[in-house]
Amino acid sequence: MNTTWSRFNVTSIVLGFAFLYLPIVLLIVFSFNESKLVTVWGGFSTKWYVSLFHNQGLMDATWVTARVGVISATVATVLGTLAALTLTRYTRFRGRVLFSGMVFAPLVMPEVITGLSLLLLFVAVGLDRGFLTVTLAHITLTMCFVAVVVQSRLISFDRSLEEAAMDLGATPVKTFFQITLPVIMPAIVSGWMLAFTLSLDDLVIASFTSGPGATTLPMKIYSQVRLGVTPEINAACTILIAVVAVGVIIASIANKRREVQRQLDEQAAQRG
Amino acid sequence: MKSLGSIRRDFAPWNDPNAKPYIQFDNVTKKFGDFTAVNNLSLTIFEREFFALLGASGCGKSTLLRMLAGFEEPTSGRILLDGQDLRGIPPYRRPVNMMFQSYALFPHMTVEKNIAFGLKQEGMSAPDIEKRVAEMLRLVKLEQFAKRKPHQLSGGQRQRVALARSVAKRPKVLLLDEPLGALDKKLREETQFELMDLQQNLGLTFVVVTHDQEEAMTMADRIAIIDKGEVMQVATPAEVYEAPTSRFVAHFVGNVNMFEGKVAERTAKTTRIAGASGAQIVVDNAVDTAPGADIVFAIRPEKIKISSKKPVDAVNALEGEVYDIAYLGDMTVYHVRLDDGQMVRASTMNAARITEDPLSWNDRAWVSFRPDAGVVLTR
Repeated sequence: MNTTWSRFNVTSIVLGFAFLYLPIVLLIVFSFNESKLVTVWGGFSTKWYVSLFHNQGLMDATWVTARVGVISATVATVLGTLAALTLTRYTRFRGRVLFSGMVFAPLVMPEVITGLSLLLLFVAVGLDRGFLTVTLAHITLTMCFVAVVVQSRLISFDRSLEEAAMDLGATPVKTFFQITLPVIMPAIVSGWMLAFTLSLDDLVIASFTSGPGATTLPMKIYSQVRLGVTPEINAACTILIAVVAVGVIIASIANKRREVQRQLDEQAAQRG
Repeated sequence: MKSLGSIRRDFAPWNDPNAKPYIQFDNVTKKFGDFTAVNNLSLTIFEREFFALLGASGCGKSTLLRMLAGFEEPTSGRILLDGQDLRGIPPYRRPVNMMFQSYALFPHMTVEKNIAFGLKQEGMSAPDIEKRVAEMLRLVKLEQFAKRKPHQLSGGQRQRVALARSVAKRPKVLLLDEPLGALDKKLREETQFELMDLQQNLGLTFVVVTHDQEEAMTMADRIAIIDKGEVMQVATPAEVYEAPTSRFVAHFVGNVNMFEGKVAERTAKTTRIAGASGAQIVVDNAVDTAPGADIVFAIRPEKIKISSKKPVDAVNALEGEVYDIAYLGDMTVYHVRLDDGQMVRASTMNAARITEDPLSWNDRAWVSFRPDAGVVLTR
């Protein structure tokens, strides 16, 4: 492997990372700004974090977002897993192609269209816009992502595990809960996390389908930014970034550890 | 005593007209769409028998096993186990257990939990489960691995866990799908004998699917040779080898020389066959053949003698030239091109370390065999 750093390599990596992370770094830096002016550095301070926790509007929005995220991710995970099971297990039913197309369409559907059509639906059935409608909309949005993640795991799932369980006397229901579900659980968990993250940062669909009293954090931030960016918003975003980053880092460390442990185990087994 | 019987001398229920069949395939057909995997097949397996289904991949042998386990239902015909029709009985209610080719060990459970899984489904009490699991671990010599997960085991150990798990419930019948397929040669040979011991000790009926003829010959009481969803022959390993009933079986099991020809003359005891290119051979009468009928004489390489001079008293002696020699240590295999162009394979045990007058490439040579050394096939 080539380990020397050529000037070209250094330049391209700096440029690439700057492109990706400079805006975020700027945001984080200015969240610790003493000055009220967003673009003028006035010294280090954490006062915006303190005032953030006293901003009732933002705190309410955070609470709404968390609830919408957890509920919609959970329901989407159940539905997405069921869809994935059907798509991988019953490969020959009528309309399978149509069904799989329909499950995955929201992946590529412009969010504006999804949001608008959901709005029309809610208006048509007379559902008052609010917490329930945002949650429903997010379930629609995230279900297909869960289905994709779980399906890719199911494709490599060894069906003879289920056959072995049934052969040993487990009914199909017991087989599902004792064998299939535990084996595909990592995929279901990452599906849930993906759904939660998507729900967390969705602005477009939430804007269409939300109503009074159910303002999510992205909506709140967006509306406040229109009145001018305050350092408080910077602080809120920094916390959001920290939460997501910590989640991602923990997940990848856990994954890496499992992988290493597994390799060690397998080497040990080979040695006998 | 002349015999082409079983190795276990006192065990031959298939010869006993009063023996009750244990597993019966009754005109079973299985179709997958347009493809016929099993074609109107009938088969009888007896209690405590070690029965092998032998065939190339895709011949339908695994489908037979899966129908017995309940993962597939026959399209037509029926399968009886101990007199009971199995149709409609789901896999989890059948008194048979299967050992899977991939072993199908539950990756999230320890060895112990894997073995206990079937017993738990049965509703056995915890202390009894513990006792049975310990017994099974002892049986497959994996006591110190009880707490390991499958990925922490070697291939041979996984195989033994799979075996322990499938016999833990004491099934009436144990089905084994290519049980030794994933093991290396040395381990495979050891495990063959372990399986045979296990079957004897537990007194179970074993049905094993394999594509490895040597494996089937070593382990089974009887072998069914399957081709294109049909049974070609069901017989003991010795019968299959020494008295195949068709060209397919003769070819499939071991090496064989085939002499094609027509019945030239038939006396009270022998049949003279005229080969396509003029060579004449005389063989014992076995099957009814009319003069002029097309037949094949099949003979195994080790039943053919090879010599540099014409044998004096041989009934059948054909002359040719040594084309190829393969020295295998325990024996030597000669390929001789007869003067009529046919290739003959003859093998000789190297019983002595030093041979006088050894044959070499392109030497003139005679091959000879007794009239009863092979079989006459009509199909």
